[in-house]
Amino acid sequence: MESTGIIVAFWVLAAVTVAGALGVIVSRDLLHAIFFLILSFLGMAGLFITLSADFIAVAQVLIYAGAISVLLVFAVMLTPLVSRDNGNSLYVAPGALAGLGLAALVVFVAVDTEWAQLSGDALAARSFPDTVATIGDLLLGRYVLAFEVASILLLFALLGAIVLVHERRADAAAGAADTPANREEAA
Amino acid sequence: MSVELGHYMAVSGVIFGIGIVVALGKRNAVAVLMGVELMLNAVNLLLLAFARFGAAFADDAAALSGHVFVVFVLTVAAAEAAVVLAMAVLVYRRRETVELDRINLMRW
Amino acid sequence: MSSDVKSRPATPMLREILEQPTLLGGIRSTPLPVRLGLAVFALGFLVVNVAIGVLVVSGRLDGHWYDFRDLGNATAALRSWLDDRDLGPWLSYWVTALIGGVGILSFVGGVLLIGTWVERRLLAKFQIRRGPNRVGPFGLLQPLADALKLIQKEVLIPIGADRKLFFLPPILIFIPAMLGWGPVPWAPNMAYLDVNVGLLYVVAISSLAVLAIFIAGWSSNNHYALLGAMRTVAMMVSYEIPVSLSLLSVVLFTGSLQLSEIVAWQSTHNTWLAMILPFSLFTFFFSSTAEINRTPNDIAEAESEIVAGFHTEYSGMKAGLFLAVELGNALLVGALVSTFFLGGYSLFGLEEWIPPYLILFAKISAVYFLFVWLRGTLPRFRLDQLMGYAWKFLIPLSIAFVGISAVEASIFARVDAPGLIVLGAIGIVNVVLTFVLVRAWARVVGYEVPRGEDTRPTLTTAVGGLRAAQRLRVTP
Repeated sequence: MESTGIIVAFWVLAAVTVAGALGVIVSRDLLHAIFFLILSFLGMAGLFITLSADFIAVAQVLIYAGAISVLLVFAVMLTPLVSRDNGNSLYVAPGALAGLGLAALVVFVAVDTEWAQLSGDALAARSFPDTVATIGDLLLGRYVLAFEVASILLLFALLGAIVLVHERRADAAAGAADTPANREEAA
Repeated sequence: MSVELGHYMAVSGVIFGIGIVVALGKRNAVAVLMGVELMLNAVNLLLLAFARFGAAFADDAAALSGHVFVVFVLTVAAAEAAVVLAMAVLVYRRRETVELDRINLMRW
Repeated sequence: MSSDVKSRPATPMLREILEQPTLLGGIRSTPLPVRLGLAVFALGFLVVNVAIGVLVVSGRLDGHWYDFRDLGNATAALRSWLDDRDLGPWLSYWVTALIGGVGILSFVGGVLLIGTWVERRLLAKFQIRRGPNRVGPFGLLQPLADALKLIQKEVLIPIGADRKLFFLPPILIFIPAMLGWGPVPWAPNMAYLDVNVGLLYVVAISSLAVLAIFIAGWSSNNHYALLGAMRTVAMMVSYEIPVSLSLLSVVLFTGSLQLSEIVAWQSTHNTWLAMILPFSLFTFFFSSTAEINRTPNDIAEAESEIVAGFHTEYSGMKAGLFLAVELGNALLVGALVSTFFLGGYSLFGLEEWIPPYLILFAKISAVYFLFVWLRGTLPRFRLDQLMGYAWKFLIPLSIAFVGISAVEASIFARVDAPGLIVLGAIGIVNVVLTFVLVRAWARVVGYEVPRGEDTRPTLTTAVGGLRAAQRLRVTP
């Protein structure tokens, strides 16, 4: 990590990531907050690239910036009117205290400790020439059980989401019968 | 001046702290989910930084275990987002709000 | 000029078409010096080509900087030359990056300029019109005139718009459209960003466009724009899955996510993946038309339903940028379809003689022509039809075909026979399976056109007023 390009890239991307995350806190509008969050995700993907994690970086863009943010946008659009503001709750003061305290602690420890880390030639040697093949081998070799469990988790999440928002016929009929217009008509 | 493990850990810690602030300090359920996603992102960054810089790994495959963990975190995050957002939509249908302060059915 | 035409009242347009000279007549009517000059030019062209052919066959060109078949060689030579000069490692990096970026930008920009003209002329041919033919020769300068007109127009911002977000989308939407060209290989050494996760990169980048579209629709504060944006988001979410699944089959066969590797696989096995994976090709093509809002799937900007969809409120050059990106995306999908399924820059060994980038460009043009053909021919799908088609038809069948191609790929890796025979057998099996499975599945989930019902429109006045209308509504 000696070359100037990497250092500049790290600082710029870190600034983008942190600025996006701060934007999530300060923006008044929930959709603006989501777009700041996407900015933060993209900066994070850039940081992953500086760590030579190309596969994870692309997966980050695909899953976070492409899928989860779209889901968030969808949730905001499906819950109209009440959900547009990004107000603070009662817990904002203790939350800010806890968050700031933890961040300060981690930053202090991270900067102050002598980590057993690679540097120089050893670091340059570990540049992961073929991440995809190795990750694939690990997923279907050493971590195959976790892989299967994750697939079952995804299946259950899919089923759970469908079951949660599925409107049964009786519910829909009851809900329809309860609208003010229907009540007036019945009267 | 060079970029080292400590720098990445510092960025990760800051993002995690911001995630805590968002997750605890926002009224809206969607915003709380955003805070949780930020925290998961911070953890991902930490895992990848250790995979790149950590000195205790025997070979590349051992180091890339960090990447595999990140893949699992991404999976869990995606599943969690889907379920939480489905719950938000459901709560909105029943209560016409997704503000966590107002979802207080069980206070009696 | 026949008598039945003359009996009709001839419009000026019809007369113009009838009096157009045929090709032979055109040649006969050109003056002799021009004809001689053209003949000499053609002869010279032939001689130059033969000379080039001799050079290529003798192998004197291979890998030198003047190897025009692969512009990547020239760039590599320039880089090594700069490195030899010892001007610092940054210079060669920046210079080559700049060359690649400018190359892609100038190609896309040039194609965007000519592309609108091509599309309008082709559509006009489909609809038996003339198309733009006034500005410049054959109307070639029409796109420039359009751009000038759009730039002069007033930029309107709706009062209720979210002003900060309203400015972003015309710029944001350009970024994925440009970045997507990065990993496309134009020749063996001529890919700007040949990362080893190229396929995932393309899918990830293209999923970013939905955000720009959504910001556009939401910040306009307009019902139609928001409807268009919601339609886009719903469609993108649905059609990402078939796209990924169809590309998964490609990866299973080629064993690589790198685009140049995928092309190299098809080149070494002398095959196109389109022949082996016909259903994946169809899925990718159809889903891509949904993702980039082309007819027959352009419901996000269906002008007969929701004005112009997400860019209803944009005026002037901003609307022009949206239209330009739409065209650029069609070309990008053309490049991806060619790379994944049509052999990319390779053409069964012919790429040794013809510059590979010209082959790829010809394939892109062919796919683009298919897009224009569809636009000129097919009506637009309804939103619910399109979503149901993705979820009920494409996704289950795609999953089935991923399983099938996984089995076939493992057979291909294990069987010890000439690759062409195995691949041919797999291709035949897949064509038959595609036919059978599509028929069977369509019979399960498809819906028949209801028969025996009165499909003629019945006017309420014709059957007797409001009472009759209510009666009609009761008995469906």
